[in-house]
Amino acid sequence: MYAYIIRRLVATIPIMAIVAVFVFMLLHLSPGDPAAIIAGDFATEEQILKIREQLGLNDPLYIQFGSWLINLLQGDMGQSIYSGLPVTKLIGQRLEPTLMLTLCTMLIAITMAIPLGVIAAWKVGTWIDRAVMTLAVFGFSVPVFVIGYLLILGGSRTLGWFPVQGYTSILESVPGFLSHITLPALTLGAVYMALIARMTRATMLEVLNEDYVRTAYAKGLATRKVLVKHALKNAMVPISTTIGLGVALLIGGVVVTESVFAIPGLGRLTVDAVLRTDYPVIQGVILVFSFTYVLLNLLIDLSYVLFDPRIRY
Amino acid sequence: MTEDTALLDRGPSADAGADPVLQVEDLRTYFDTRDGVVKAVDGLSFSVRPGEILSVVGESGCGKSITSLSVMQLLPRPPARFASGRIMFKGSDLLQASEEEMRRVRGNEISMIFQDPMSSLNPVLSIGDQLTEAIMLHQGLSQKQAMDHAAEMLDLVHIPEPRRRLKEYPHQLSGGMRQRVMIAMALSCNPSVLIADEPTTALDVTIQAQILALMEEIRDKLKTAIILITHDLGVVAEMADRVLVMYAGRKVEEADVAEIFERPQHPYTRGLMRSVPRLTTDFSEARQERLSEIPGIVPALTNLPKGCTFAERCAFATDRCRAEYPALEPKKPDHLAACWESANLPDWTL
Repeated sequence: MYAYIIRRLVATIPIMAIVAVFVFMLLHLSPGDPAAIIAGDFATEEQILKIREQLGLNDPLYIQFGSWLINLLQGDMGQSIYSGLPVTKLIGQRLEPTLMLTLCTMLIAITMAIPLGVIAAWKVGTWIDRAVMTLAVFGFSVPVFVIGYLLILGGSRTLGWFPVQGYTSILESVPGFLSHITLPALTLGAVYMALIARMTRATMLEVLNEDYVRTAYAKGLATRKVLVKHALKNAMVPISTTIGLGVALLIGGVVVTESVFAIPGLGRLTVDAVLRTDYPVIQGVILVFSFTYVLLNLLIDLSYVLFDPRIRY
Repeated sequence: MTEDTALLDRGPSADAGADPVLQVEDLRTYFDTRDGVVKAVDGLSFSVRPGEILSVVGESGCGKSITSLSVMQLLPRPPARFASGRIMFKGSDLLQASEEEMRRVRGNEISMIFQDPMSSLNPVLSIGDQLTEAIMLHQGLSQKQAMDHAAEMLDLVHIPEPRRRLKEYPHQLSGGMRQRVMIAMALSCNPSVLIADEPTTALDVTIQAQILALMEEIRDKLKTAIILITHDLGVVAEMADRVLVMYAGRKVEEADVAEIFERPQHPYTRGLMRSVPRLTTDFSEARQERLSEIPGIVPALTNLPKGCTFAERCAFATDRCRAEYPALEPKKPDHLAACWESANLPDWTL
């Protein structure tokens, strides 16, 4: 098990290296002179030269990459071109809201989607099944920002239960945090929830046809126990895989959700950085997101051990 | 045949005088499908006494498994429905029982073991967990007491080191071991009736013999009534006290095991017996002949012929057979068969 974890962690190195190459090339593959793009439309030749010097763009590419990588490994992602602040500091400031938003989204989505999927599979073909699947199609097909505005309209304007926008740190006020995070988490969770519910339903339908489910019923167990203990536990490996892979949806959704709800997180930082062509910040955010994704999927793989005794690492 | 005389010598192990523990009367299990009503079980009656092994025999799709699932009421309704019948168990009709009452019967009073021990055990739950589940549910024992009882049950089915096995998972056991676990699980609440649906079909022959011996031992020890569903006539000859032959959802013949092997009264039963390969040391050409088979297949259950359902495949069928379904009548003492022509069948030799 530990050997496996170490092997997997070592395996993340080449993955992250490839990501690093792509992230580095981002600046250089963009059409035109990066320095000119960064400097903007009304820059003088002198300013462009200065930026080029500042970014080391006059050096050969491999030297640029080498020094960028060495800095990166030392935790230095460079400075924001816009504010001049270190990228690590900018990301650190914005990490908490995004982290909390993602965690709350996953929590809400998983605790709602799995029971919905189980019930849909159990009641397959009935109106309950159709209702859950309709909801899932809705979650899949309606854009995140539309769901966001609909929730604001309903939850904030009509009912007045939640604030329209903004964010309160959980360290400052727990009720404040909860009231601010609910709508964004539901918004961001819609697609994710739809994905997990569909996967849960499909896997459960398969598992419910297995002989051991019949054995469980033949023992005289109640339906709920058969569904949860016997069927769901068997379905958990594919479901947790989906949970892991679906995080990619969240990363995309975070950017939109944070914009809709004016949450000062990494998503907003990304949007702002893109609008200002602040390449070092964009690179930093992409690296953080990719690393989280890779690490999270390692955790998911490890979680299989909890569900299936046949899996040994 | 020497085998047959051996059968005759075997005394009745069942309590011949005892009242039946389970009595099925005129059971009709129908499935409503898009292609029409599938009459999977159509007017079946039988009963088992404590300590008796009743063998239900027939080809695939003749309604054997549906019968057992009907008794357990493990069929999804719809599409399944019971068009008629009573399943009398301990003075009450299981077909009238509520789902909650049925849950108290399943695994407790009537248990079932299935064909494939590889897939019938839950791969992600430990043996101990799966064994204690029914014990705790039906007998109200604590986890610890249930574990003790589970270990005793594994010991009963001759699994060595039961304590260690309880902590293991199905994939760590062989097929034979798993079927023993299934049997231990089914017997853990000391049921009056054990339904075994092709319990040895998926096992190696040597393991088959062990499992069959175990089931006989259990019957002798616990006086459990066993309904043994099989298509293997070798198993029937080895195990059964009484034999019920099913064809297309109906009972076509029923008699004591010795009687039915000596004097089969239905051409279908004869066909089944002829299609069993026999071990022989005679390799002359006469013995090398092709194994006889029953021509044709079981008719579609949605569109059964008006007359005898077997007529199309029967060498002895007459116009009457094709027009009118034969009544199930005693052809010999204690020997029922549904065939118009049984009196005219040639003398039986294998």
